[in-house]
Amino acid sequence: MSLKTGETTESSLAAPRVVEDAGAATALQGVPHALIRSEESGVQLNLGDLWAYRELLYFLTWRDVKVRYKQTLMGVAWVIIQPLVTMLLFTLVFNKIARLDSGPIPYPLFAYSGLLVWTFFSVAVSSGTNSLISNTSLVTKVYFPRAFIPTAAVAAGLVDLGVGAVLLAALAVYYGVHVTWAVVLLPVFVLLAATLALGTALLAAALTVKYRDLRHALPFLLQLWMFTSPVVYPVKVVPERWRWVLALNPMTGILEGFRASLTGLDFDWRAVAVSVAFAAALLAVAFYVFRKLEDTFADVI
Amino acid sequence: MEPVVVRVENVGKRYRIGALHPGFLTFREVLGDALAAPLRRLRGANGSRYETLWALSDVNLEVRRGEMLGVIGHNGAGKSTLLKLLSRITRPTTGEVEIYGRVGSLLEVGTGFHPDLTGRENVFLNGAILGMRKAEIEKKFDEIVAFSELEKFIETPVKFYSSGMYVRLAFSVAAHLEPEILIMDEVLAVGDAAFQQKCLDKMRDIRRRGHTIFFVSHNLPAVTRLCKRVILLERGRVVADGAAQEVVNRYLNSSWKAGAEREWTELTEAPGDAVVRLRRVRVCDERGETVAASDVRRPVQVEVTYDVLEAGQVLLPVVELYNEEGTEVFTTHDTSPEWRRRERAAGRYTSAVRVPGNLLAEGSLIAHVSIMSHFPSTILHARVKNAVAFQVIDELGEGSARGDYLGPMPGVVRPLLEWTTRADTVE
Repeated sequence: MSLKTGETTESSLAAPRVVEDAGAATALQGVPHALIRSEESGVQLNLGDLWAYRELLYFLTWRDVKVRYKQTLMGVAWVIIQPLVTMLLFTLVFNKIARLDSGPIPYPLFAYSGLLVWTFFSVAVSSGTNSLISNTSLVTKVYFPRAFIPTAAVAAGLVDLGVGAVLLAALAVYYGVHVTWAVVLLPVFVLLAATLALGTALLAAALTVKYRDLRHALPFLLQLWMFTSPVVYPVKVVPERWRWVLALNPMTGILEGFRASLTGLDFDWRAVAVSVAFAAALLAVAFYVFRKLEDTFADVI
Repeated sequence: MEPVVVRVENVGKRYRIGALHPGFLTFREVLGDALAAPLRRLRGANGSRYETLWALSDVNLEVRRGEMLGVIGHNGAGKSTLLKLLSRITRPTTGEVEIYGRVGSLLEVGTGFHPDLTGRENVFLNGAILGMRKAEIEKKFDEIVAFSELEKFIETPVKFYSSGMYVRLAFSVAAHLEPEILIMDEVLAVGDAAFQQKCLDKMRDIRRRGHTIFFVSHNLPAVTRLCKRVILLERGRVVADGAAQEVVNRYLNSSWKAGAEREWTELTEAPGDAVVRLRRVRVCDERGETVAASDVRRPVQVEVTYDVLEAGQVLLPVVELYNEEGTEVFTTHDTSPEWRRRERAAGRYTSAVRVPGNLLAEGSLIAHVSIMSHFPSTILHARVKNAVAFQVIDELGEGSARGDYLGPMPGVVRPLLEWTTRADTVE
C-alpha cells in the first residue's frame, strides 16, 4: 500500500544494503516515508494521498455502479423509469391541472431536465452521506483517503445521469428543440452539480459518522431543498419578493443553466456565478471538515 | 545493520468509553447533555459523562528492515490498536510513528469483498483496496487465481462461495500484495491445513525477500516458529521485547501464573495434608536443567519434590498434562515396581516422569500435580492445578514427525511413528 508521499518504489529493496547504521538514511532514500503525528498536532490534509490512491477511486466507483446495476432486475431501465414517471406525474399535476406555464420550453421537457439533474443530485447526496456507515469495514480495517468513499458514491450517480440523458435527448428531439453551441456547456453544469453534491455529501457523511440521526433528517432536508429549487417550476412563477431565496440557492443556477445549455435560451450568469462560488467554497470547507473528522472515523463508527 | 523502517515514539492512544454506545452520538444526546451539564456542574460532578481508556501508552519501538516481529498479549492488551496505528487507520493521541516503505495491512481477510461481484471482480476490488495498482493486479491475476485454486469459480459471484472458498480467494489476493512492510492480524487462523501450509510458505517467502513483517497472533507456536523477535503487550504497554521464546514464556507465565518451576519454601504454606506436602515442582530437560521450552524431539521431565510427614502410606505421584485449549493430553502416575504398593518412611522424596521426545505436539502445556494414596483406599493428599507450564517448540530440524511439512499439524500428540511403503507395482 503506498503512502502519502506518492510514488511507490519497487526498487527500494534492490537498493544497496548499507552495513553501518550511519548509512541507514542513504539506504532508505527514495522509499515512501510517512510521519504519523498525534491527533493533537492538528489536521493533516494528506493531499498527496488523493493522487497516490487515484486508482482506488476508480475501483470504488466501478464497484458502486456494478453493484447497483446487478442488484436490480430491471437494471438500466430503472434509472430512466424513476425520473420519467415523476416527470409524467408533475406534468399531470402542474401542467395539466394547475396550468403552470413553463415558458418557451414544453413542460414535460422542462420537468424531465430538472428532475434528471435533481435526481442525480439528491441520490448522490444521500448515498454519499450514508456511504461511510455502509462501508464500515473499509473504514476500520484498511487505510486510504476515506473521502473516496463518498466521492465514489457521487461519481457512480453520474452513470445514472448518463443513462437518463438518453431519454432527455429523445425528448429534445421529439419537441424539436433547436440545439445551439451552448449544448457544449451541458457537461459543465453536470460537473457543477456533482461538485455541489460532493461538497454536501462529504460534509454530511463526516457528520453522520458522529451524529447518526442526521441520516433521518437528510431526506426531509433534501425535499425541502427540492421545492426551493426550480426543478418542476420556472423561476418566473415565483413572486418577486421571494426570488432572493432562489437566487441564493446554488441549485438555481445549475438547473437553469442546464436547461439553457440544452435549449439555447439565455443564461442567467449571475445565478451561475452564485452556484460556482457556492460549490467551490462548500467543497473546500467540506473537505477540510472531513479530513479533520476522518482521523476519528475508525474509532467512532 | 539494516536501517530502521518503523519507529514508534511515545505513542499513546486514548479512547472514550461512552456510557451508551462506543463512539457515535445523536443530536438528541448532544442536546440532552448540554441541558444536563449545568445541573451536573451544580452537583459538583465532572462535566463529561465519558470515561477514558488508554488502549496504548508510552509505546516505543524500532523495527529494522527484514525483521519479523511477533506481537502477543491478551485480548484488550492493545495489539489491534497498535496495528491500526501502524496501518494509519487511526491516529495516535500522543507521540508519533515514522514509517519508511509501502505498508500493507491485513487486519481482516477479504476487506471490501462484495457478495454480488464475481471472484474476478473482487480480486481487482480487494487488490485495489489493499493498495495494489491496477497494472500490478492484472500482472498477477493468473497467479492469484492459481494460488486460490478457484479457477472454475472465478466468474461466479462470491455470495455462492463456501466460506472456505471465500477465505482462499481473499488470502490469495493478500498474499500477492508486496508491501515493504506487512502488517498481519491472525489471518493464518483460516482455511484448511493444506491452504495454511501454502500461506506459511508464502510468508517465509516474503520474509526471505527482506520485507518487514508485523505478525499478531494467538497461535504461540506459529509466533515462535516464524518470528525471532516478539513484543508482549499488557494493558497498553510493551512489557517485554526480545527473543521470541523468552517473551512467549513470559506471556505464558503471566497468563497461567505458572512457570517452569514452583517452590514452597514454608512447610505450613505448602499444599498438602498431614501425610504429605508438595515442596517443589519443575520442568527439566535430560540433564536436570529447569527449562521453559523443550524441543519437540527431546525428552522433557516433570519433577515433583515432596515431604512425607506421616510414615506408613503408599503414595502415588500423579501428573496431568493439558494443552492450551484445555484438552487433557494424558494422565500419568508412578507405576514403577520399586515404589508400587510400598509403604514409605517419612522424609523428602523427588519423583520425576520422563516424557519422551517426539510425543507431545508443539504448543503450550500445563501440568496439574497431585499426590494420592491408592491403596488400601483412594485419598487425595495434595493437588496443585496449573503447577508448572512449558512450551514444546518445533525448530523444524531433522528427526521430528514433521519431515518436510511446515504447515499446522493438528492433534494433541505428535509421535514419530514408523512407516513402511512397499512398491507393489512399479513401472
